[in-house]
Amino acid sequence: MDILDLAFMQRALLAALLVGVTAPAIGTYLVQRRQALMGDGLGHVALTGVGLGFLLNESPVWMATAVCIAGAVVMELIRWYGRTRGDIALAMLFYGGMAGGVMLMNLSDSGSSANLSSYLFGSIATVSEEDLVAICILAAFVILTTVGLRRQLFAICQDEEFARVTGLPVRMLNLLVAVTAAVTVTVAMRVVGLLLVSALMVIPVAASQQIARSFKATFALAVGIGVTVTVSGTATSYYADVPSGATIVLFAIGLFVVLTALATPLAKRRAGRTAAAEECTLEAPGERTAADDVRV
Amino acid sequence: MEQPVIALRGGVASLGGRPVLRGVDLAVRPGEVVALLGANGSGKSTAVRSIVGQVPLTGGELELFGTPQRRFRDWARVGYVPQRTTAAGGVPATVREVVSSGRLARTRFGMMRRADKEAVIRALELVGMADRLGDPVDALSGGQHQRVLIARALAGEPELLIMDEPMAGVDLASQEVLAEALRAQVARGATVLLVLHELGPLEPLIDRAVVLRDGCVVHDGPPPEAVGQHALPGHDHVHPHAGPAAEPIRTGLLT
Ligand SMILES: Nc1ncnc2c1ncn2[C@@H]1O[C@H](COP(=O)(O)OP(=O)(O)O)[C@@H](O)[C@H]1O
Ligand SMILES: [Mg+2]
Repeated sequence: MDILDLAFMQRALLAALLVGVTAPAIGTYLVQRRQALMGDGLGHVALTGVGLGFLLNESPVWMATAVCIAGAVVMELIRWYGRTRGDIALAMLFYGGMAGGVMLMNLSDSGSSANLSSYLFGSIATVSEEDLVAICILAAFVILTTVGLRRQLFAICQDEEFARVTGLPVRMLNLLVAVTAAVTVTVAMRVVGLLLVSALMVIPVAASQQIARSFKATFALAVGIGVTVTVSGTATSYYADVPSGATIVLFAIGLFVVLTALATPLAKRRAGRTAAAEECTLEAPGERTAADDVRV
Repeated sequence: MEQPVIALRGGVASLGGRPVLRGVDLAVRPGEVVALLGANGSGKSTAVRSIVGQVPLTGGELELFGTPQRRFRDWARVGYVPQRTTAAGGVPATVREVVSSGRLARTRFGMMRRADKEAVIRALELVGMADRLGDPVDALSGGQHQRVLIARALAGEPELLIMDEPMAGVDLASQEVLAEALRAQVARGATVLLVLHELGPLEPLIDRAVVLRDGCVVHDGPPPEAVGQHALPGHDHVHPHAGPAAEPIRTGLLT
């Protein structure tokens, strides 16, 4: 039987596709401003939301979204005001979030350890109709933000001080990046799990960087890699009966290794082309021009 | 008298609990080219960063184009070249991408129209880097990178250009190119505030020099004649309280 005929696999593949687009999209900006592991912290915080969802009998995806956004806002506030104690405050937030989530799951009637691990490591086979609607809405937000505001976000992630002097609302945009990362965490939660979310924000970008030379190309290629690994990983996890999150992340690492191996000969070829264009010649003594800027 | 483009009166600022600016007066009038000189650590960058709102002033008054800086929102009129840092983004970016962000303030919601794209190319032509459009910025030398940052400020066609050590690490031939670029900006009516170490090829362009020492202005007047060889004339008359007359003025021009 073809996997596309199965309703749950249709949902799983669509969810995987959206994760493949959104996680590397926001991830490119996070890597650019050297906050590659922000998604990991937010993933920890989101677990409290999942636990709350179980305890209150609400949708864990929407509760995780709400708590994760709140966590992102707190993180940005810590970045603004608490530079000196910032690391400690972030540690409290992340591990408090994870511990709180485990505790709340335990207190609820429906939260079993099987449920817990399906959120920690992903379990696409259990993506419900309701989850999918939430994932589509959240993914649309992430795509609109990362593509529609790409020039503004590029500017603040590249050089924050310059962006402020350009008159951009840098604080608002920073907050938007954090909130978008939080939303992406909950988009990806059902597919790769909260502990592996960050991998999909970082590894496709790292792989893409091996060969891309511009920001635009890095972004596009990272999304391409993301979609490739999430969709193929999801299909593989169905056929081979292995966990989806782990399969996807291992595929991404595999692609990273392949692209890294390809990058060296590619760079050599580029360098070879420019070197061949101009050959060096040794000039007779005293043949210096002003352009050499040699002052004696 | 014409309203100054930058009017800083009695500017006071501290960094890390240490006073760095101790009552700086600095006025730049429309069309003027003013050089801000002084030794390393004398507060030049801090002065410039407080003017563009990146260091809060704890005392004094600051107006840009006649508007108190706190309420100033018209940043498209200002082009800023920060002192170059080695820090680069974690993702490759091309020369064109970096310079384009200098055009952002002139666009609506970040939409780059044809005129905007042309302005980016023009800015790169001005600094002699148009042939490197598609190269990643981290593949450039220090001096080339500096020229890209200048192009980024020029891309917005600002009325006021503020540049922090724009010539650092730039070879003499490129300094001439930049001097020419700056001359073109002045010719179209731009006002310029430059932090410099030595006047070099820019010397003929400079109307006035302001020298900082330990966060105080010790000279405000015509630029020193020869670079580095003599102490500045007349400084004691400008600020009699600046220090004992016997103490030589260290302008930083020698370093
Ligand atoms: N972030 C900072 N924290 C504390 N002190 C600083 C900071 N930045 C600069 N300073 C100090 O302020 C003084 C002036 O610095 P700066 O304005 O960068 O000097 P300049 O640009 O003239 O070389 C220096 O003594 C420097 O050590
Ligand atoms: Mg400086």
